[in-house]
Amino acid sequence: MSIDGITRASRAHPGFVAALVHRLSGLALALFLPMHFLVLGLALEADSFTSVIAWTNQPLVKISEALMVGALAVHFAGGVRLLAVEFFGLTRAQSVWIACAFAFGLGVGVLFLMRAF
Amino acid sequence: MTPISYFLQRGTAMLMVPLIITHLALIIMAVQGGLSAEEILARTRGSMLWAGFYGVFVFAASIHAGIGMQTILREWTPLGRLASANIGHMLITVLWILGARAIYAVVWA
Amino acid sequence: MTTSERMLRVDIWRGNEKGDYQSFEVPERENQTVLDVVTYIQRHLDAALAYRFACRVGVCGSCAMTVNGRPRWTCRTHVSRVVKGGKLTISPLKNMPVIRDLVTDMTLFFDKWQAARGRFVAGDGPKDELAPVQPDTKERMAASEAIECINCGVCYSACDVVSWRDDYLGPAALNRAWAAYNDVRDGDRTGILKAISAGNGCHTCHTHQSCAEHCPVALNPTFSIAGLKRASLKAKLKGELSK
Repeated sequence: MSIDGITRASRAHPGFVAALVHRLSGLALALFLPMHFLVLGLALEADSFTSVIAWTNQPLVKISEALMVGALAVHFAGGVRLLAVEFFGLTRAQSVWIACAFAFGLGVGVLFLMRAF
Repeated sequence: MTPISYFLQRGTAMLMVPLIITHLALIIMAVQGGLSAEEILARTRGSMLWAGFYGVFVFAASIHAGIGMQTILREWTPLGRLASANIGHMLITVLWILGARAIYAVVWA
Repeated sequence: MTTSERMLRVDIWRGNEKGDYQSFEVPERENQTVLDVVTYIQRHLDAALAYRFACRVGVCGSCAMTVNGRPRWTCRTHVSRVVKGGKLTISPLKNMPVIRDLVTDMTLFFDKWQAARGRFVAGDGPKDELAPVQPDTKERMAASEAIECINCGVCYSACDVVSWRDDYLGPAALNRAWAAYNDVRDGDRTGILKAISAGNGCHTCHTHQSCAEHCPVALNPTFSIAGLKRASLKAKLKGELSK
């Protein structure tokens, strides 16, 4: 896919932006999952689990975690919208639903940060 | 996408709707005051409820991620149908194994 | 031509897959369409310019081109609505091979209509009577929403999935398949669901809605495709697609 592919003028509409965000957040989550499972698997060795979880309390790690939580929330809300279109015939004001999905993701991410610090 | 992949992709998505709501709520609650290993394990150790919850979650999320990855590879890389599908299936298998190990670790170990 | 006339700068794609933009100066007129501009160039500035049109009133679907990056029906697109800083950039439709200048090869596009079984197959109904189709039935109303397609190729040109996977049947063919599926007189409606359930059919759509965004006659192929997804899933789970 060329750069032209992403930046085509015909793609400047909410549906494409939503799809792009959905895909990129999904990709991030798919790459994050193996690490997430590996870390939890460390609970088999009590010491390393405790130290890894302690490591996650650094500010930068917390911010990265907030990004992942936000990605999950955005991917979730975008996915619910997509299911509503495909299975329940949601037809009206797509841009409003897309905006709601983004707002939900942002909100959950910010809430995470507020509680984490 | 084949009808089977489509069915699995949308089916796991629907299945995960309540799971993700729970997961997000739990994350927001648990992060207060920083994460600690004891806090996580106190909740999960010996709990068949959480074992079941995470079992279904890992099962569905792995399939969902694998099919998604396959679609992205097919559309955004020069890889063909077969290579994309193989990588997608490998990801599902790896996530199932790592996920099962993670659940075993936080519930039984 | 007087010097006081306001001129449009028009960059037009010349060549086939390889080529370049050529600039023309075209006098600006009131109520001028993009097709008027292209026709002016062909008649007054370069008779060798290749482009397609027929009806000039938005019925035939021949004149679609990419205008300032967006696919449009040029005969119903007023220059005043799309011009940017006195400039127009006109290129052939995307997602199709270019034959020459603004003319694309639509063979694969129409082959896909056939592949999606977008044609009527007669059933065993009475041959000398009109089949009764009530206007307020669910199928007839679903067909109505998909039926006004003018085959212009704009949605196919705008489709992101087609741009990433050239075997995908695309919004136009699938929209047609949805209209055909909702024709209760059709003798093999399950055959349509089989045709659009191959690996390159309706399930390949990710609901970006670029087709709906650009359709000149305001159809929503995405919703037609969603209808096919539901119908084929139902048929698949009932085992009707494997018979």
